[in-house]
Amino acid sequence: MTAREIHGIVRPKSAAATILRILLFAVLGLFVLYYLMPLIVMVMTALKPLEEIRTGTLLSLPKDVTLEPALRAWDSACVGVRCEGLKPYVWNSIAMVVPAVVLSTLLGAINGYALTKWRFRGADIIFGLMLFGAFIPFQVVLLPMARTLGILGLAGTVPGLVLVHTVYGLAFTTLFFRNFFVGVSDGIVQAAKVDGAGFFGIFFRIVLPMAPPAIVVTVIWQFTQIWNDFLFGIAFTVGDSNPVTVALSNLVASSTGVKEYNVDMAAAIIAAIPTLIVYVFAGKYFIRGLAAGAVKG
Amino acid sequence: MKRADLWLPKVVVAPSFALSLFFVYGFIAWTVYISFTGSGVMPRYEFAGLIQYIRLWETPRWYVALQNLAVFGILFMAICMALGILLAIMLDQRIRAEGVLRTIYLYPMALSFIVTGTAWKWILNPTLGIEKLMHDIGWESFQFDWLVDREMAIYTIVIAGVWQSSGYVMALFLAGLRSIDDEIIKAAAIDGAGPWRTYVGIVLPMLRPVFLSAFITLMHLAIKSYDLVVALTAGGPGIATDVPATFMYSYAFQRSELGLAAASAVMMLVTIMAVVVPYLYSELRAGRK
Repeated sequence: MTAREIHGIVRPKSAAATILRILLFAVLGLFVLYYLMPLIVMVMTALKPLEEIRTGTLLSLPKDVTLEPALRAWDSACVGVRCEGLKPYVWNSIAMVVPAVVLSTLLGAINGYALTKWRFRGADIIFGLMLFGAFIPFQVVLLPMARTLGILGLAGTVPGLVLVHTVYGLAFTTLFFRNFFVGVSDGIVQAAKVDGAGFFGIFFRIVLPMAPPAIVVTVIWQFTQIWNDFLFGIAFTVGDSNPVTVALSNLVASSTGVKEYNVDMAAAIIAAIPTLIVYVFAGKYFIRGLAAGAVKG
Repeated sequence: MKRADLWLPKVVVAPSFALSLFFVYGFIAWTVYISFTGSGVMPRYEFAGLIQYIRLWETPRWYVALQNLAVFGILFMAICMALGILLAIMLDQRIRAEGVLRTIYLYPMALSFIVTGTAWKWILNPTLGIEKLMHDIGWESFQFDWLVDREMAIYTIVIAGVWQSSGYVMALFLAGLRSIDDEIIKAAAIDGAGPWRTYVGIVLPMLRPVFLSAFITLMHLAIKSYDLVVALTAGGPGIATDVPATFMYSYAFQRSELGLAAASAVMMLVTIMAVVVPYLYSELRAGRK
């Protein structure tokens, strides 16, 4: 960096500017601490034996690093009356998130394509009506959903949750793909139509191969949303079929026996790992999803 | 064009549209209708007028919930906005390690609040968390028991909520700042405008659409927030941190007051719709051009 360049608004190299620059970094650093503290505390506490938690403080480093709390959280901690750790609930979450993400993404892709490249009368109105679903407070559908799941025989099951997440993810996935396909040139599609390619031919051979960026954003967004969901999980599942967020909440809230804070924290980390990994490795797609979620068309 | 291509697009969208009609609009209609009946443990379908709404507005707990939502919502939105804008502006100064900082500021948004609430509960715990930390480094008189204090517990939810969502506002504004032409900023600098004047007078007013979408999303988050409250205080102590979302859940699933719960859900829906529908309408119209 040279002194003559103008860097944003703060210009480096004059004495006052240097001080300002140091101050800027100090403030940014303080915010790093604020945002990281819960994660640091979580990891350090999870690595401590219970004894050290009683004697030490929040931020004291673990002296006797142990994985025992993590193993207990995974395998043998009691969630309600069941003492198998979070393991079965993590499987529930996986069994819920995979089909729900696949289904809602597929439907979103085909909707987005049909609504932008085969515009028919009323396409905008249909899209607008579907998009509204992304904004309703889910409290307004909890009661009828509970009854519908009951009638379908899906109450308290993982497939029930798959249905719920697929249905309420549709608005988002359709939005993502529509916004992506709007930006894809109509020319290619028109040319293919002239050449006699049909609706599905164009979709599978031309449009879908262009869409990996949209697919990645949608999958990541849906994955984090569904994995992190708590409201639907607690309202529509019971004990054995709880997703991991609900199990974690039950584990932490249980008040029987000695409170094992280290196991609680280890359990929280287990529940956080999948989305954390996705965020670290595909953060920019996650951010794109967030931006699209704010309906910036 | 093949004949099939005339109806295929409609057929393909139809299932999703039907699902939306049933699961969104149908369900909303059902909930609205139930809110006008005397339903208790089981739904009853005789129309009963406004009794549930009258009962709702006569329930002291509903006022506690509304008051909490007001306190939480206003502080949450205001602090998230202020912090997000501040961070975005600071990161916009060609900072080394910007990518790392951005990642750190935004990661809470990727986690479930049930997860991070567990950590916050532990940090804010009066006997184990910050209070103990301060005592151990010698500040004996330090007290921080907001989490279990009826008057203050709602503010702990603000602390954790801001932590969760301020990075999101930062990301939106940073993207907005990056979309502004550098020439404008340079021109302002040449005209002798200081950093403060440049941002407040020129840059931020240009980001009006970003303010709007950040505001809509934050408001929406605040009204819906359920897991945030459950993870941190479970609505307690007592009902001190009840919000409409926890109120609705508790009347629907624990007290089996379907009608009253439906009425409270409708109140939430109406509030969000009042803001979101005009916004969506204008967005979609603008997008069509």
